[in-house]
Amino acid sequence: MNYRLTARILSYALLTEGALLLLPLAVALYYGESPAPFLYTIAIVAVLGGLLRLPKLRSQEFYAREGFVSVALAWIALSAFGALPFVFSGDIPFYVDALFETISGFTTTGASILSDVESLPNGILFWRSFTHWIGGMGILVFILAIMPMVQDRSIHIMRAEVPGPQVSKLVPRTRNTAAILYKIYLVMTLVLIGLLLLGDMPLFDAALHAFGAAGTGGFGIKNTSVGYYNSAYIDVVLGIFMILFSMNFNLYFMLLLGQVKDFFKNEEWRWYMIIIAATVILIAIDIYPMYGSESLRYSFFQVSSIISTTGYATTDFSLWPQLSRCLLLFIMLIGGCAGGTGGGVKVGRCIILMKSAGVEVHKLLHPRSVRRVSLDGKPVQDSVVHSTLVFFALYIFIIVVSVLLVSLDNLDFSSTFSAVMACISNIGPGLDVVGPMGNYGSLSAFSKVVLSLDMLLGRLEIFPMLALFSVFTKKK
Amino acid sequence: MNIVIVGGGKVGYTLTQQLAGEGHDVTVIDKRAESLTQSMDSVDVFCIEGNGASYTVQMEAGVQKADLLIAATSGDEINMLCCMVAKKLGAKHTIARVRDPEYQKQMIFLKEELGLSMVINPEMAAAGDISRMLRFPPAMNVEPFARGRVEMVEFRVKEGSPLIGLSLADFPRHIKARVLVCAVGRGGQAYIPKGHFVIAPGDKLSVVADSQSISAFFRSLHAQQRRIKDVMIIGGGRIAYYLTRQLLDSGMHVKIIENNEARCHTLSSLLPKAEVLYGDGTDQELLHEEGLLSTDAFISLTGFDEENILLSMYANACGVKKVITKVNSTHLVNMLDSTGLDTFISPKQITSHRILSYVRAMQNATGSSVETLYRLMEDKVEALEFRVHPSSRCIGTPLKDLPIRKEVLVSAIFRHNKALIPSGNDSIETGDSVIIATTLRGLRDLDAILEEA
Repeated sequence: MNYRLTARILSYALLTEGALLLLPLAVALYYGESPAPFLYTIAIVAVLGGLLRLPKLRSQEFYAREGFVSVALAWIALSAFGALPFVFSGDIPFYVDALFETISGFTTTGASILSDVESLPNGILFWRSFTHWIGGMGILVFILAIMPMVQDRSIHIMRAEVPGPQVSKLVPRTRNTAAILYKIYLVMTLVLIGLLLLGDMPLFDAALHAFGAAGTGGFGIKNTSVGYYNSAYIDVVLGIFMILFSMNFNLYFMLLLGQVKDFFKNEEWRWYMIIIAATVILIAIDIYPMYGSESLRYSFFQVSSIISTTGYATTDFSLWPQLSRCLLLFIMLIGGCAGGTGGGVKVGRCIILMKSAGVEVHKLLHPRSVRRVSLDGKPVQDSVVHSTLVFFALYIFIIVVSVLLVSLDNLDFSSTFSAVMACISNIGPGLDVVGPMGNYGSLSAFSKVVLSLDMLLGRLEIFPMLALFSVFTKKK
Repeated sequence: MNIVIVGGGKVGYTLTQQLAGEGHDVTVIDKRAESLTQSMDSVDVFCIEGNGASYTVQMEAGVQKADLLIAATSGDEINMLCCMVAKKLGAKHTIARVRDPEYQKQMIFLKEELGLSMVINPEMAAAGDISRMLRFPPAMNVEPFARGRVEMVEFRVKEGSPLIGLSLADFPRHIKARVLVCAVGRGGQAYIPKGHFVIAPGDKLSVVADSQSISAFFRSLHAQQRRIKDVMIIGGGRIAYYLTRQLLDSGMHVKIIENNEARCHTLSSLLPKAEVLYGDGTDQELLHEEGLLSTDAFISLTGFDEENILLSMYANACGVKKVITKVNSTHLVNMLDSTGLDTFISPKQITSHRILSYVRAMQNATGSSVETLYRLMEDKVEALEFRVHPSSRCIGTPLKDLPIRKEVLVSAIFRHNKALIPSGNDSIETGDSVIIATTLRGLRDLDAILEEA
């Protein structure tokens, strides 16, 4: 284990966080609020980041293990220090609460413990939403894009941080790949801000909602989330963009290169569209008695918000009929596409799971048949199928254990279960107590820690966190 | 540059590592996912699984915009097809590995028709390297410049050598041959030596001169050492065939021991002047019977690394002066440091070195006039051959008056087809070619050897 290089990467991450904190600082100054919470935090991360730079590098060895561990550690460190402004400003006085809120931000979950967000100062609100934007694409990928870190083996960092069963590069250099991804991300965010401005949303609100949608996070800045604006135009724009951000960014690169054929060959987004369309129609029919002709609008926005794992709400979907609630829980599990900013199991993995189930059944009937799982017309490697199965099993296992632990709070079952689902899939609001009009504030500190871990496990797709545990619990 | 490499085997992987390390954007195509995983994990490259000769796979790899495609799969035909498709798609240069002697004869035709920039035959290249080493027995490595008119030879100064204690300025007085020491490797470091540099035992020297001078130089060092006349080769594969042809041409006696009867017949009809023996090369009695003790050089070229190493160690113990071992898996070489064997040959490594030096020259050639480029002393020193441009600032001034940077040595000048080992009074003229040895990287132009004004 190359601890020195890992420390160096952590230092890069902290210094970058310090630099990124300058933005909310500027916002606070613009609105005439106290810059102190940000200044203190910047000072702390700068000093720590500087100290971590001190050890001289002995070797450039960087393997899968270092990749996993440094990504997991970086996310924990970022959240631990990113929580400080909330504590310093006094808006979230308890550190565990602030940590929950920050992890929820970086992991693009959007689960909040605050009951009254409208009372927060603008600088804090900005930082809270900005964490979504940073976490969406991954902070180490961002650092990769601007700095040469571990030149030849940076793929291990990409692999650990970018969601999906397989990481594919766009161009030979990891660094250029990361830069292209961030450019697409930035341009799409700017377009969304522009479109929201056209819908008469104030600039500040538009930017923060765009951050939330881009990272598929979903922190609202109004107590009634997007429902506050009550505008069909905003619902549709946000609904479409949440889906776009949760799709594989490689697809956009293909379109930019004019590879339309390859674009249409991709199975994942076609299934994604099918799942979305089917759920939207089913829910629209189910909630027709409640909203009448508007039911399609509410259904579309909510399905888009949940399946992209964003978590904005225009209405309290906890009150919807049971079928709709179950459908929403179901798409929580599926989540977005690989290579996007969404969470959940990912559509690509679900396809592999279903197909390999099909292959197994076929083999039962024809024991000698040779058949492989294929995706986009290409056979999927056995190791990928295998790791997908393991991933899914672990995902379910973690959900079960977390539900047991959170049930100590003695909430009703749908609240407990949906809270765990909403956190591990990085959605945010669940049902009933933790529903879109409720919050996580009433949960015990222990449950908050469990759910925070779930969020990290979900965002980093389990393996980096497990690798971290196994490296540090191994006997020396 | 944008480089596509087809085939992720040993040659492909070495090339991938080196070229990506030198800052090129590399894409690797291979049929086997396992070999791609290795490249993907340890080198910053783009990997595509598929048949490299297929049009769609090449399109996916972006061959149409590539500067170079290198086909290094195990099949000659696939390699040529890869290059043909790539050329039609718009790749600027293509390099193919073609090893079948049948194709070798029609190579010029194929090269023109398929638009290949370079064809490399690993076995022939290895044979060329071995025969150059045999001409200068102490040499560990020999690189040709200016189409073979000048050679750069790397050798180690052994204990008791007359060179020890000499400074380079004293060379002309003590040694009759006119050679130039252009780089010295000492304790893992590489130096570009000046006149006051004193040679110590264990130093690795690179000297430049034409082949007669180098022969004379080595004769004066090792007065007792005769020219190599008798060569024994174990294993009658393709390298043995190419090598024997070259050695016979230079008047040596060659014995080949091969344990496949049919192959023996083929060899003896192809090489009537060589002595082809049917027998087991590991048979001690046979080796002695055929004069192992009196042979000048022993070359083990069987298909098994372990067998080659054992044979060479035995020959070395019997006191054969020059022992050359073919080793395919190069990591074995590092384990053989203490065995006394020092000359190894690996066709795959030679292949990748040749391609690399072509690529480097090609890259340097954009805008300047670098003809050849080699890396010496574990890649710490670069030797470049420049063609002198009429506008160069180096022309006309004696070398001793030129403000040449201290990491640079002008090692040789070619004028009218003759090589000149320069002294301070010589000057560079229009139309010359010069060889520069330097520890600097990325010299693009001859004028870059001068101090910034």
